[in-house]
Amino acid sequence: MGKIRTPYLLLLPGFGFLFTFFILPIINLAQTSTQTRVSGGDTGQYEQTLRFTNYLDAFVENKEQFGRSFLYAIIATVLALAIAYPLAYAIAFKAGKYKNLLLVLVVAPFFTSFLLRTIAWKQILGEEGFVVPTLRSLGIISESTTLTSTSFAVVMGMTYNFLPFMTLPLFASIDRIDPRTLEASGDLYANGLTTFRRVTLPLSMPGVVAGTLLTFIPAAGDYVNAAILGNPNTKMLGNVIESRYFKIVDYPTAAALSFTLMAAILILVTLYIRKAGTEELV
Amino acid sequence: MTTDNSHEEFQPGLKDIISAKVSRRGVFAGIGGLGAAAFLASCGSGGSSSSGGEALRWGNWPLYLDFDEKTKKYPTLEAFIKKTGIETKYFEDYNDNDEFFGKVQAQLKLKKDIGYDIVTPTDWMAARWIRLGYTQKFDGANIPNASNILDTLASPSFDPSREQTLPWQGIMSGFGWNVQKNPKGIRTIEDLFAPQNKGKIVVLSELRDTIGVILLSQGVDVTTVTEDQYMNAVDFMEGKISDGWIRGVKGNEYAEDLTSGDATAVIGWSGDMFILASENEGKFDFAIPESGGTISSDNFVIPYTVGADAKANAEKMINYYYDPAVAAEVAAYVNYVCPVKGAQAEMEKIDPDLAKSEYIFPTDKTMKNLNVFRALTTDEETSWTEAFQKAAGN
Repeated sequence: MGKIRTPYLLLLPGFGFLFTFFILPIINLAQTSTQTRVSGGDTGQYEQTLRFTNYLDAFVENKEQFGRSFLYAIIATVLALAIAYPLAYAIAFKAGKYKNLLLVLVVAPFFTSFLLRTIAWKQILGEEGFVVPTLRSLGIISESTTLTSTSFAVVMGMTYNFLPFMTLPLFASIDRIDPRTLEASGDLYANGLTTFRRVTLPLSMPGVVAGTLLTFIPAAGDYVNAAILGNPNTKMLGNVIESRYFKIVDYPTAAALSFTLMAAILILVTLYIRKAGTEELV
Repeated sequence: MTTDNSHEEFQPGLKDIISAKVSRRGVFAGIGGLGAAAFLASCGSGGSSSSGGEALRWGNWPLYLDFDEKTKKYPTLEAFIKKTGIETKYFEDYNDNDEFFGKVQAQLKLKKDIGYDIVTPTDWMAARWIRLGYTQKFDGANIPNASNILDTLASPSFDPSREQTLPWQGIMSGFGWNVQKNPKGIRTIEDLFAPQNKGKIVVLSELRDTIGVILLSQGVDVTTVTEDQYMNAVDFMEGKISDGWIRGVKGNEYAEDLTSGDATAVIGWSGDMFILASENEGKFDFAIPESGGTISSDNFVIPYTVGADAKANAEKMINYYYDPAVAAEVAAYVNYVCPVKGAQAEMEKIDPDLAKSEYIFPTDKTMKNLNVFRALTTDEETSWTEAFQKAAGN
């Protein structure tokens, strides 16, 4: 008997934690999402009327930001993959004794606040940073072109901020690949490209799937990059939720948008995992 | 050659005095605006409800009270404690109107102690508190100095006879600009939307200030503005955003954009511009638009959760800060508009240069050109904020 119970007892703290800090707030959020304003009521006063059209209204009114959230998140994820894959590959196979040092460098940005790093990007891309004057003197961008407050800056900020989430799982996967499989591939007359396509990439797929998920999910819900590096025309759904919640004090719309975003991400991720194969995750 | 007096008067000559200071609206740049502070603060403040023998608890914006770096104390507050024997605890944790409201609203609703006996919300938020019945009327007998209030600030529409609010400091909004890019300065909305500023204009995320300045430029009186007039001005702003004139609708972060060169002209706040101008000698300037600027205040408010004894103590403290000599001492530190008559004369004794500062003591001429945005009804507050936020891309 005792043996059977022990695992469940060990799970209790985890369940308790998730119940208090995830399940309960979710239920609360669900309740809020179908409320409407008390007529003649004060700021922030809502009553339950089970108005499910809140969801439709919230979506229709903000479909632009919705589309933008997913578009930016997908671009940032693809860019991060393109940057992180060679990086992880190099660290795993070519870094030799510097492997650990390089890994520390990948994680190092986490020692600083997310907010500060994003603000730093604003300075890097700013008028008086080194990027803009350099590009101008090379004639790549015109005098009037700016880099901050653009969708370019938002996507760059997102790519940068989520890069470690992409790099680490990729590294973990690639590092596990037995180099002898690559040698075997060569012995069977495969060239470099074929070896990569037929051996390295398939073996590193768990890392690709994990990395893209870890990048895409937070990126789709991100609002810090759009708030700091964007302009009014690059706002994402997170910005709308923040504004609805704190500025307009419209809790139902904020809750409905949060749920819609969660559902959309869940659907996309499910489709993606189905396509990629669940076994790749483990 | 342009020699405009009001322009000259705003030139800073007080660099050494304020060089080490940061404007209170500048401290939590980014954080407050992103609501992160709200999450950190959402734990709420416990503590027993204040009664007789307990210390008075004052929650105020950061860097908004004279502070002595050497002793790490607030000289005027220390003097008050010494003079009256009223123990006072000072908290610099009012970082953002929306965030603070979100933090204490649940307790206020239940009429439970919020952990403060006195707080300083901005006009519109104070108006919301009054509307919701969260404030208490002052006992005039405890605040005889209230008569020292500046005429301009004496009867706002949300509290016409100042029965439950009194301004702590005043904040002017108007045009701020980079002098190199706008050598002639900015006095009108046409100057603001001049070709050299295209794509480099930032306006305030505080709708009463940004839309207020736009409305005034359209000849609308902000003390009586109608919904149509308001929405019209919001459309104007939205148009300027989609046409690429305005690059951002922001809180105090506009100051960073000015220093980094990303913005060349803004609708901004006097105190921030004062700091910017003095830290970058001559590079930036500020003026109230010819068509008028807005003035708002952060106000002393006593929550209705406060007991009678603590309320009386809070009133004594408000009275103390309405003493012109004390007000001058505070103003010399914070550099926002001092709401107390007679403080200018007192300032002469402390620092004759500061006594001439238009930032602290706007002249009658400037004052006449400053307007207080009218109080909004609950419905208006929601729909007007919504329209503004949508225009800003949210």
